[in-house]
Amino acid sequence: MTAPLTSLDRPNSYIGRSVPRPNAKRLLAGRGRYVTDLRLPRMLHAAFLRSPHAHARIAGIDVEAARALAGVHLVATGADLARICTPWTGTLDHFKGMISEPQLPLPLDRVVWAGQAVVAVVAESRAIAEDALELIAVDYEELPAVVDLDAARAPDAPLVNPAASSNICFRAQLDSGGVDHAFAAAAHVIEEEFSFGRHTPVTLEPRAMVADYEPDSGMLTVHHATQTPYQFQDLYSRHYGIPEARVRVIAPDIGGSFGMKLHVYHEDMAVVGLSILLGRPVKYVADRIESFVSDIHARDHQVKARMAVDAQGKILAMDVHDATAIGAFSTYPRTSVVEGNQVIRLIGAPYDFKSYRATLEVVFQNKVQTSQYRAVGHPIACAVTERMVDLAAARVGVDPLAMRAGNVIPDDAYPTASPTGYRFEALSHEVCLRRLREIMSYDGLRAEQSELRQRGIYRGIGIATFVEITNPSPAFYGVGGARISSQDGATISLTPSGEVRCAISVTEQGQGTEAIVGQIVADQLGVAQEHVRVLTGDTEVTPHGGATWACRGAGIGGEAALQTARRLKANILEVAGLILQEQPGALDIVDGQVVSVANGQVRLPVAEIARIAYFRSDTLPPGTQAQLTVSHHFAPQGYPFAFTNGVQGCYLEVDIDTGFVKLLKHYVVEDCGRIINPMLVDEQLRGGVVQGLGAALFEECRYGETGQLLNGSLADYLVPMAMEMPDIIIDHVETPTADTILGAKGCGEAGTAAASACVLNAVNDALTPFGASVNAIPITPARVLKSLDRY
Amino acid sequence: MKARAFSYFRAGTIDEALAAHADAGDDARFIAGGQSLVPALALRLQAPRILIDINHIDELRSVRREGEWLRLGALTRHCEMLTEPLVAEFAPLLRAAAPFVAHPAIRNRGTLGGSVALADPASEFPAMVLALDAEIEIAGPSGRRCVKASDFFIDLFETALAPGELLVAIRVPLFRSNQRIAFDELARRRGDYALVGCGMIATLDRDRIADISIALFSVGNVPTRARSVEAVLVGSSLDAGRIAAAQAALSADLAPADSDDVPAAMRVHLARVLLGRLLGRLGEVR
Ligand SMILES: Cc1cc2nc3c(=O)[nH]c(=O)nc-3n(C[C@H](O)[C@H](O)[C@H](O)COP(=O)(O)OP(=O)(O)OC[C@H]3O[C@@H](n4cnc5c(N)ncnc54)[C@H](O)[C@@H]3O)c2cc1C
Repeated sequence: MTAPLTSLDRPNSYIGRSVPRPNAKRLLAGRGRYVTDLRLPRMLHAAFLRSPHAHARIAGIDVEAARALAGVHLVATGADLARICTPWTGTLDHFKGMISEPQLPLPLDRVVWAGQAVVAVVAESRAIAEDALELIAVDYEELPAVVDLDAARAPDAPLVNPAASSNICFRAQLDSGGVDHAFAAAAHVIEEEFSFGRHTPVTLEPRAMVADYEPDSGMLTVHHATQTPYQFQDLYSRHYGIPEARVRVIAPDIGGSFGMKLHVYHEDMAVVGLSILLGRPVKYVADRIESFVSDIHARDHQVKARMAVDAQGKILAMDVHDATAIGAFSTYPRTSVVEGNQVIRLIGAPYDFKSYRATLEVVFQNKVQTSQYRAVGHPIACAVTERMVDLAAARVGVDPLAMRAGNVIPDDAYPTASPTGYRFEALSHEVCLRRLREIMSYDGLRAEQSELRQRGIYRGIGIATFVEITNPSPAFYGVGGARISSQDGATISLTPSGEVRCAISVTEQGQGTEAIVGQIVADQLGVAQEHVRVLTGDTEVTPHGGATWACRGAGIGGEAALQTARRLKANILEVAGLILQEQPGALDIVDGQVVSVANGQVRLPVAEIARIAYFRSDTLPPGTQAQLTVSHHFAPQGYPFAFTNGVQGCYLEVDIDTGFVKLLKHYVVEDCGRIINPMLVDEQLRGGVVQGLGAALFEECRYGETGQLLNGSLADYLVPMAMEMPDIIIDHVETPTADTILGAKGCGEAGTAAASACVLNAVNDALTPFGASVNAIPITPARVLKSLDRY
Repeated sequence: MKARAFSYFRAGTIDEALAAHADAGDDARFIAGGQSLVPALALRLQAPRILIDINHIDELRSVRREGEWLRLGALTRHCEMLTEPLVAEFAPLLRAAAPFVAHPAIRNRGTLGGSVALADPASEFPAMVLALDAEIEIAGPSGRRCVKASDFFIDLFETALAPGELLVAIRVPLFRSNQRIAFDELARRRGDYALVGCGMIATLDRDRIADISIALFSVGNVPTRARSVEAVLVGSSLDAGRIAAAQAALSADLAPADSDDVPAAMRVHLARVLLGRLLGRLGEVR
C-alpha cells in the first residue's frame, strides 16, 4: 500500500519539506565570500592597542614612534575619534531607573576592562599595524578593579563608574502576591543557590568589517559581518552625522553570529571613524585572542531560589533572586539587562502555579560587557526551574517525569498566562512529555540505570521542560526607544523570463533563512524553488526590517514573504485574467503555469505573462499597468511574543573517581508551530543543544584576581567538539500560531534553552547514591570531585 | 595576531642548519613541524630574526633498528608513530601515546624532535621518552653528543639542548616479549593536553614485576618519573593491595602547583586514579 497523499504531494508545496539550503554547497566548497575575503582598492588595515589593566587612568599616550613607522597611515586615540563620533549610552526607557556611562569608540582618560581597545593604528598591512602597536607607550595609573559579582555589591566596593553612587546598573521586581502565604502553608519548601559562569559565543568567523568612506560623495559603505545591517545603518548614520540614505551596510556571507554580531563594539565604531578620517577603506578583523576579550560575554548569574510544593507534589509558589554582573557598560543599543529580565520572567513559565516573586539586581564590574547571546536568559531560568522541580520531586518522592506531568500547564488550558504575566496562545507541554517518555524509553533507561549502579557505574537521567520567546513585537525594544525594527519587509519581482527574485530584510548567517524564504515564496506563488532567488543583507537592496535576532526569521520574515508572494500572485493572475479573458479568481498558478481552477487545465506559462507585461504591454487592454514587483511589510500583532515549548532529556555517565561526565544521548521534543523545513529545524535544534552542552560542561571565561581573562584562547577555553557530543534524537509537535497565516514560530534558541538544565539534572541524578550535588555551571571535573569530597 | 617579520633559510644538511644558527648570533629558531613555533610567532611570544627550516634534512628523517635500539629521526611525524610498523613492534609505548597527541592535522606535521626539544610538560612524547630510558642524539657547533632522557628535561621548557644545538634523533631500547605497556590520560576533550597523563613499561618475570618504569605528564614543570611508585612495585605481583600501595606512594613523586582550574590536590588525586587504572590494566594483560 502506498502512503496517503498529503498537502506535500501538491506541486510546489515546499512548506514542510526538507529542502537543502541553496548556499550550503557553495560554502562547503570554500566559495563563501566573507568580509575577510574582501580586498578593496586602496584598502588599509586597522589594529588596536589594548589595555593590560582591568581599571586604570590613562595619564598619557605617546604615539610618535608608531606614527613614524613606514607604512603607518594613521594613529588615532580616543580624543581623535571623539571629535567626529557622538557618544552612545546603553540604556532603554522601559527598564526604569537603569544607568550606564556614555561610551566612545576609544576611551579618553580611563580604561575599564583588560582588553579594552585604547589606540588604533591604520597601516598598509595588519602586520605593520601590529608592529606599530609595539611602539606605542601608554602611561597607566592603575585603579582598583571590581572583578566578581560579590565584590561589585560590597558596600565599600570601588566604583566602576566614578560618577555613579554605586555599581548597580538596574533593579527589577515582580510580585504576583500571595507568595509568603503559599510558602507558609506549603508541605515542603525547597531552597537552592545556583551559579552560572560567563561564557562567550565563539563564532567560527570572528567579527569583521571593511568601512569605506568616500569623501567626495559623502557615502559610507560598511561591509560588516553582522546579523542586523539596518540597525547599523541607523547607528552609523546618527553617530557620525551622515544622512541615512548615504549609509549602506552590506552583510555578505556570515560565519555564525548567535546574537554576538548585533551589538555595537568599540572597535567597529572606531573603524568607521578611521575610514572617515582617512577617506580610504579600512579593514578590521578581530583575531581569536581579541574576540575573547572584546566580543560580548553572556550569563554570569547567581540565583537564589525557593519553591513551595504541597504534599502531593503540586507546585504552589516560587521566590527567586537573580544577581548578574554585566561588565563595565551596558551594551548598546539593546542593553545588558535583557538577560536578567528574561531570567526572572521565564522562571517557572512551563508550570501551573499562581504565586511568584522575583528580584533582579544587575551590577557593573571591570570586565568586558555581557549581552544577548543565543537563548538570552532561557538557560538560566530553565536550569533553576528544572533543578528546583527535581529537588521537589525527590523531596515529595515522585518520579521527575511524573512530577512534570502533574505540574505543567495542561494542553487544554490555553490561552493563559504565566505567573509573571507572559501570555501564552497555545503550548503543548503534556503531549511533549508523553513523546519524550516514548523516544527516551524512559522506563527502560531507569531500569538500566539501577542495574548499572549495582556494578558501580553511575548514570544519570535529566529532564528539562522549557518555553522559548519567539516572534517578538515592538514590546521587546521598540517601546524602550531603540530604533530596532520588529517588522520585516520583502520585495518580490517576477523577472522578464518568469523567474522570481525576493529581496527580504531577514538575514542569513548559515542557519538557512534564504532557503526557507525561497520555499515559502515558491510555495505561495506556485513555482519551482530553483526559479526563486533570495537576496538578503544589503540595506541598499532589501527593505528595512529587523533582520536576525531573537527567534524571528521564520515567524516574521517568513510571514512577510508569504504575504508579499500572495500579493504578487494576485497581480500576476490579474494580468493573466486580462490576457485570457477570465476572472482572476478562476485561475491559479501551478508549477509556473497559469491553470484553470475548475479543471486544472494549463492555460499559459507565467513566463509568457512576464514577457507580455514587460515587452508587449501594447497588447494589454488600455489602462492596464501590470504590477509585477510587490513590496510588503509585516509586523507581528496580537500576542506580543509567540511562545514555543518543548522538553529535553539527557542520559549521561559520571566517572565518580575523575569527575568526568560522558554524554551518552540527548533527546528533544519541540513545538515551534508550523515547520517550514524539518531538516533545518533539526539542525537548529542540534546546534542549539550543542551550544547548551558546551555551557553545561565546558565553556567558562575564567578571570584572575586582577580581572585578567585567564583562558582567552581556543587552547584554554573549551568549546564542545564532535568527539564529546552525543547523538541527539529529535521529535516534533506542531502547534501553529493563529496570529499569522504561516503559523511559524521560532526554533533557533530552543536547543540552547534547556540543554544545560538537562545535564545539571542528569549529573545530580547520577550523584544521588552519594548524597552529593552540584549547583554550578559549567559542571567541571573539579566541581564534581569537590561535591564528592574526593580531594 | 601576525608574526613580526623574519627571514627564512632552508637547510639541506645538519651542518648548514648549525652554521646558519651561529651566523644569526643565535637569534634564530629551527622550525620542524611548526605546530608549536608558528602559534608562538603569531602571538609574538617569540620573534627570532630568522627561521631555519630543518624539514629538508634527510639525515633527520628515518626510523630504523640499530642493534638493541630503535632510532627515530627528529623529523618523525606524530602520524608516523601510528603507521610505522617498526614503532608498533619495537616502541609500542610511543604508538600507544600517539593517538592522544592533538588532532590528525597537527599530527601530520608535528615532529617527535620538535615535541621533545620543546619539552612541554603537558606533552605525551617527552614523558614517554623518559619512561623508555631513551637516549637523545644532539648535534652542535662543537660536535655530536648523546644525552640520557633522565638528564635531558631540566625545567619548564628547558632542556639539555644548548642554544644552536639540534636534536638529531631519539633512540629507545627495543621492546621485548616479556615486557608490557600501558598508557592513558585524562583530557577534557579528545586531543586536548591532558589534566594528567601516564605511560608505563614493565618487564615481567612470570607474574612478578622485575622492572617497571612509569612517567607522568601534566604534573609539574617537567615530565616526571614516579620512582617511589616504581620501588613499591618491583618484585611484586599486581594485586589490589599492591596497587593501592603504589597509589599511596605517588604523592612522594609529584608536587604539582595549583592552576586556576585544577587545584594541586585534585591533580594528585587524578594521577592516583589514573595510575591505579593503568596498573590494573597492566595486571590484566598476560
Ligand atoms: C591545536 C594543537 C593541539 C596540540 N595538542 C598537543 C597534545 O595534545 N600533545 C602534544 O604533545 N602536543 C600537542 N600539540 C603540539 C604539537 O604536538 C607540536 O607539533 C609539537 O609539540 C612540536 O613539534 P613541531 O615539530 O611542530 O615543532 P616546532 O613547532 O617546529 O618547534 C617547536 C620548538 O622546538 C624547536 N625544535 C624543533 N625541532 C627541533 C630539533 N630537531 N632540534 C632542536 N630544536 C627543535 C623549535 O625551534 C621550536 O622552538 C598541539 C599543537 C596544536 C597546534
